[in-house]
Amino acid sequence: MSGIFQSSIGRKLVMSITGLFLVLFLLFHMSMNLVAAFSGPAYNAVCEFLGTNWYALAATAVLALGFVFHIIYAFILTIRNRKARGNNSYAVTAKPKNVEWASQNMLVLGIIVVVGIGLHLAHFWYKMMFAELAGMENQFGATDGAAWITYWFGQPAVAAVYVVWLVALWFHLTHGFWSAIQTLGWNNNIWIERWECISKIFATVVCAGFIIVVLGFALGIFPMFNSPVCGA
Amino acid sequence: MAEKNITVTLRVWRQANAKAKGEFKDYKVTSTTDTSFLETLDILNEDLVSKGEEPITFDHDCREGICGMCSLYINGHPHGPATLATTCQLYMRRFKDGEVITVEPWRSAAFPVIKDLMVDRNAFDKIQQAGGYVSFNCGGAQDANAIPIPKEKADLAMDAATCVGCGACVAACKNGSAMLFVSAKVSQFALLPQGKAEAARRAKAMVAKMDELGFGNCTNTRACEAECPKGISISNIARLNREFLVAKLKD
Ligand code: HEM
Ligand code: SF4
Ligand code: FES
Repeated sequence: MSGIFQSSIGRKLVMSITGLFLVLFLLFHMSMNLVAAFSGPAYNAVCEFLGTNWYALAATAVLALGFVFHIIYAFILTIRNRKARGNNSYAVTAKPKNVEWASQNMLVLGIIVVVGIGLHLAHFWYKMMFAELAGMENQFGATDGAAWITYWFGQPAVAAVYVVWLVALWFHLTHGFWSAIQTLGWNNNIWIERWECISKIFATVVCAGFIIVVLGFALGIFPMFNSPVCGA
Repeated sequence: MAEKNITVTLRVWRQANAKAKGEFKDYKVTSTTDTSFLETLDILNEDLVSKGEEPITFDHDCREGICGMCSLYINGHPHGPATLATTCQLYMRRFKDGEVITVEPWRSAAFPVIKDLMVDRNAFDKIQQAGGYVSFNCGGAQDANAIPIPKEKADLAMDAATCVGCGACVAACKNGSAMLFVSAKVSQFALLPQGKAEAARRAKAMVAKMDELGFGNCTNTRACEAECPKGISISNIARLNREFLVAKLKD
């Protein structure tokens, strides 16, 4: 293992592992949000369960750490790459057809994602998990996630910002997912195109899952049922 | 297609030496559609010499796409607009009469300009010297079939071995990364039993040298693969990552 993280490939490994870990979290979070689309009380039951759960707290801490490493390495890699590229730019450049736009703008996309996450934490996490830990009172309380969702997404401007944020995330993931697999070396001539395709499908499913919930609440369609669906 | 005369304006990067500040200069030159791009530069240079001006310095050697010496970033593409071809295999019929063609040197911190369009690509030699070889005493030639090698493996190794070390991958990369080159040089051996023995040491040594010389970190944009005159695939980069990570984990 000696010096692995001082090497270029080792640094990419950190990006890849933390990125894939964040991807797993997104999948979980998106599935959880879909519950809110069906039933407010069922969603609140999930909130209550997670809010008081030490495992959830530990997972949040690990998640935060994953984010911190992903972001720190994003900047380290980008700074190193700028330096490797040098200060002299080409007078004429042409982007080859197979080069994805997202792949060349991962840092910018990541920064949009971070700003969105900051906003999102202020909107929900601060009002819920943090409020519960700090024993703070607020208008809907720490476990009424459904009320918070209805409150925030009912504001068109907030909903619009969330959609922009999720579109940036979509771009980040279309490249990020297969790139992480490639970094791990899990690729060959056949699988490379397959992973790229899976990457696009996955990003679309995840981001569409999030966006549907935002729009559903913005338009007042969700939640579809106001009573517990299955006795939750 | 019948051969036709073609007159173009070459917008060429002129830089007196490594330290000097360079600039673009325009030259009008008449050539023919069946003349190669490098020959057109020769025509222009002859003209410059006859006028007592300094000719344009550019790298070239075999002029048949096998040595990797020619370079040039032409109209936004390393090795020009043709795909799967080196600059020496580029012909004037690719351009329009009257076109302005911008010709720049490779630009990457690890490839500093020496003069005009010529850059210092010694960094690649240093990476090769760090491990891009197999070390055994060859002795007498063995029977070619003494070591059976599956056809697919042999094909992949041959594909990787077509890398001519031109550096277009680095020139194309927004991260100044040499991963395509290094991965080809690692793969051509790692795939074969003769190279397997030293695969771990080779991957580690070549990556360490690549990092030391200031090449960037690959972010899988695939620009290198699109511009490589030999069509080296980034699946070689996946193989390099695999070889390197496994070697490091075993340490
Ligand atoms: C939910 C949030 C995020 C997820 C799921 C995510 C996921 C990923 C994945 C899977 C990769 C590919 C890793 C690789 O190429 O090996 C990646 C790359 C990258 N991420 Fe993120 N990311 C997130 C947030 C961020 C943030 C907040 C930033 C920066 C401020 C960021 C910056 C980058 C950069 C610059 C790369 C490219 C690095 C490279 O290819 O070398 N990401 N991300
Ligand atoms: S990988 Fe392709 S572009 Fe890079 S040095 Fe080899 S032949 Fe040139
Ligand atoms: S001059 Fe030898 S490859 Fe172009």
